[in-house]
Amino acid sequence: MIRKSASLLAAICLMAGPLAAETITINGAGATFPYPMYSKWFDEYHKIHPEIQFNYQSIGSGGGIRQVTEGTVDFGATDGPMNDEQLSKVKGKVLHIPTVLGADVPVFNVEGVAELKFTGPILADIFLGKITKWNDAEIAKVNKGVKLPDAPITVVHRADGSGTTYVWVDYLSKVSKEWETKVGKATSVNWPVGLGGKGNEGVAGLVKQSPGSIGYVELIYAKQNQINYGSVKNQAGKFLKADLEGVSAAAAKAKIPADYRVSITDAPGEKAYPISSFTWLLVYENNTAEKGRIIKDFLNWMVDKGQGMTKDLSYAPLPENVRLMVKKTIKTISAGENAGSSKNGR
Amino acid sequence: MPAVQRTAAEERIDSRSKRVTGLRERAGDRAFRWFVAGFGWMIIALAVMVGLQLAVGSQLTWTKLGAPFLWKSDWDPVAEKFGALPFIYGTLVSSALALLIAIPLGVGSAIFLAELAPRRVSDACTFLIELLAAVPSVILGLMGIFLLVPAVRSVEPTLTKFLGFLPLFRGVPYGVGLLTAGLILSIMILPFITVITREVLLAVPRSLKEAMLALGATHWETVVGVSLPYARSGIAGAVFLSLGRALGETMAVTMVIGNTPKISWSLLDPSYSMAAVIANELTEAVGDLHLSSLIAIGLTLFAITVVINGLARLMIYRVTRRGAAA
Repeated sequence: MIRKSASLLAAICLMAGPLAAETITINGAGATFPYPMYSKWFDEYHKIHPEIQFNYQSIGSGGGIRQVTEGTVDFGATDGPMNDEQLSKVKGKVLHIPTVLGADVPVFNVEGVAELKFTGPILADIFLGKITKWNDAEIAKVNKGVKLPDAPITVVHRADGSGTTYVWVDYLSKVSKEWETKVGKATSVNWPVGLGGKGNEGVAGLVKQSPGSIGYVELIYAKQNQINYGSVKNQAGKFLKADLEGVSAAAAKAKIPADYRVSITDAPGEKAYPISSFTWLLVYENNTAEKGRIIKDFLNWMVDKGQGMTKDLSYAPLPENVRLMVKKTIKTISAGENAGSSKNGR
Repeated sequence: MPAVQRTAAEERIDSRSKRVTGLRERAGDRAFRWFVAGFGWMIIALAVMVGLQLAVGSQLTWTKLGAPFLWKSDWDPVAEKFGALPFIYGTLVSSALALLIAIPLGVGSAIFLAELAPRRVSDACTFLIELLAAVPSVILGLMGIFLLVPAVRSVEPTLTKFLGFLPLFRGVPYGVGLLTAGLILSIMILPFITVITREVLLAVPRSLKEAMLALGATHWETVVGVSLPYARSGIAGAVFLSLGRALGETMAVTMVIGNTPKISWSLLDPSYSMAAVIANELTEAVGDLHLSSLIAIGLTLFAITVVINGLARLMIYRVTRRGAAA
């Protein structure tokens, strides 16, 4: 009995040890797409700085933006940039910090066909319901030598609101005027045709089973599950099968504005994969001294050391020019320096 | 259960409780009464609060779109046009379909388990059926995607060929759609109907059945003439409990219904349910009106559930009264 209570006491002392050093928790919420990457980063960072704990809830981009607007978190994360109206609702200024890149790939199930080439307008017309057969002249034109069946096309899209959808329809809006006016871009849209699958796995599952179907999934998902996907023609006229280099290349050649709110779909450059996108952390420009210092330190670590870990998880790292740009932006984040003028001292 | 027939036992309890109050309630008793009454009220408060919270959250939709939200059928988050009708339709039709399949199956197997099967077989089967009720809906959904959808897809052309004269069975054989959703829901609610119905059938007094048999009735006549009428309020209760579950089921349905907000006569066409659209779009709903409309769908679902449960009560009340009068 005495031994038991003694060991219990010891355990309590051990537990109290790190507590005494006072753990600082930084709370964040948002996008689900980069969650595996963020969780790895927060974990690694915690190993170097045991007193700092990042708590990230992957509740979706919409939720991330809302929580940042309400000021209930220290940082947010999103797959689609905030628009001006949303930014104006936030007290104080919010910065978009790009962290990694992702891409969408077209997946298909056509009997006897292993490789297919697509162009932007073809994809847009298929998803608009204008191209309805696999042996359509438009598809045949870019796929010379492929035996295309006279079969109807079944379109499969994401049913759940998602950054993956945002990137896909953002691309379709850029390459097709009709798509832009009829459907537009958002995390969920009013699909003209097709079936909705839940999540990447839902879309991939439906495509795998339905002969004659086409859908889109995240590049990471396709890679991890070894799903074959088609190549897409980029702005320079090259047909590219998505890979991490192509995705990073899209960001390298794109014109990046100072606030990073930019879509890099249909980017210029021979090596640029056209359906790529950034994902962003949302941080406040003004922070309390303590949290500001930690967030800045973490972001600096993320663009240096952190970027080296991206490829293990199949995320595309930031290209060098963007990385250097982000480093400069991090310097503008205040850690209590002008707290007097700030209303959002968290 | 509303107090329709006051049985002798109830009468007795009532008079006894009067006596206790008459004898001056002890402090401990009073405290206990308040204590449990508090819990009772808490449940009511919880339901009211859920309703209120949904009403507050969906205010923007009601002020901006008004009641037409309920019967408009476009759903376009980009253009901020929202209408709940396709979701209401999908929810009601898939649930109705599920009941249509599950009631005969469930009641039939319950009759077998309660009246015909040897006790040991019956108990073993009941245990297995209860296990079926414990399968998480996401697992059933996965089963739906990988087994049911391909099976339905392979059957659909035959359905169209022989029943295609009905608009219910026309269309492209996608495999996903209302029919598949109804099937998966019927699998989910089947255990509830079977197990509860078996219990109420077992509760039918032996003397009644024996009397019937003694009069020369066949087994079938006993079941139809005595057991089922005696148990009907319990069976109705089981059915409505299941309906409640079918209406609110999210995960399994969203995985097989096709998630397309369109109203179509055909059971083969993809559709959408209210619970599914909330689960799918809530996390990434960035626009205020979008979010509010999703909550408004939640409120509508809540209202539908309340109305259906109310109707169920009414029906059970009617049935039992008629039963008592007969």
